[in-house]
Amino acid sequence: MPSVHDQLFRTLADPTRRAIFERLCREGEQTVAALTARAGVSQPAVSKHLGVLKQAGLVRDRHEGRQTHYHAQLGALAPLIDWTSQMAGFWERKFDQLENLLRRMDQ
Amino acid sequence: MSETRSVVVEREMPFPAEKLWRALTQPHLIAEWLMENDFVPAVDHRFRLRGSWGSVDCKVLEIEPQKTLAYSWDAMGLESTVTWTLTPTGAGTHLRMEQSGFRRDQAQAFAGAMIGWQKFFAKLEEVLEGSVP
Repeated sequence: MPSVHDQLFRTLADPTRRAIFERLCREGEQTVAALTARAGVSQPAVSKHLGVLKQAGLVRDRHEGRQTHYHAQLGALAPLIDWTSQMAGFWERKFDQLENLLRRMDQ
Repeated sequence: MSETRSVVVEREMPFPAEKLWRALTQPHLIAEWLMENDFVPAVDHRFRLRGSWGSVDCKVLEIEPQKTLAYSWDAMGLESTVTWTLTPTGAGTHLRMEQSGFRRDQAQAFAGAMIGWQKFFAKLEEVLEGSVP
C-alpha cells in the first residue's frame, strides 16, 4: 500500500514533527504545553504538527479540562515494520559482531 | 492480555565454549560486540548496558559457567529476560539467545526506539527522493 506508506513517511519527514512523535513514543502521553516546552518552536506550531500526526493516525488526543493530552499510536506504523523481526535483526547484528570478536581473539 | 513473546537467535560458532563464555562475561569483551557495560558475573548483580540510543538496565539471574547465562533486560518500557545457552558441538559451540517475556506493545515501543528508526529513515529518504512508487 504505497499511499499509506507515503503518508506516514511524509508525515514523519519533518524533523520537528518526527521529534514530537518520538517523544510521545518514548515518554508516553503528554500535553501540548509539555511538548512545546522542549520542542524549540511555538505552541501553535506544535499544535499544527500534532494535527498532521493525528491525521496520519500516528497520535490520538484526549481532552481533560482545558488541557489536551496526546499519545502515540504505534500501531499506525505496523504496515511498515514487523517489530519482532526488527528485534531479531538487532540480535543477528550482535551475533555478527560477536563472531568477529571471537575471530580476533583467535589471533 | 498477558500474552508474551520471545525472539530466538541461534548460530553455530566455530569456537570452544570456553572462549565464547569469556566474550559473554568479560566487560571489556562485552563492550566490543554488545555495548559498554559494568557487568560482573555474579547472580543478583545489577549492571547497565549503554548504547548510543539509550541504556538497558539488567540484573544477572542465572550463571552456569560455559553453559547458561541469563539476565533481565529492561529498557524503554520493555521488560524481558535474555538467556544465553551454550552447547558444545563437534566443530565448536551452538550458541542460542532467547529474549523472552515481553508483550507485543513493549516490543513495539522498544524496537521503534532502538532498532526501527534507522531503517525507517532509510526508507523515508527513498520516498523523499521519489524512488518508491
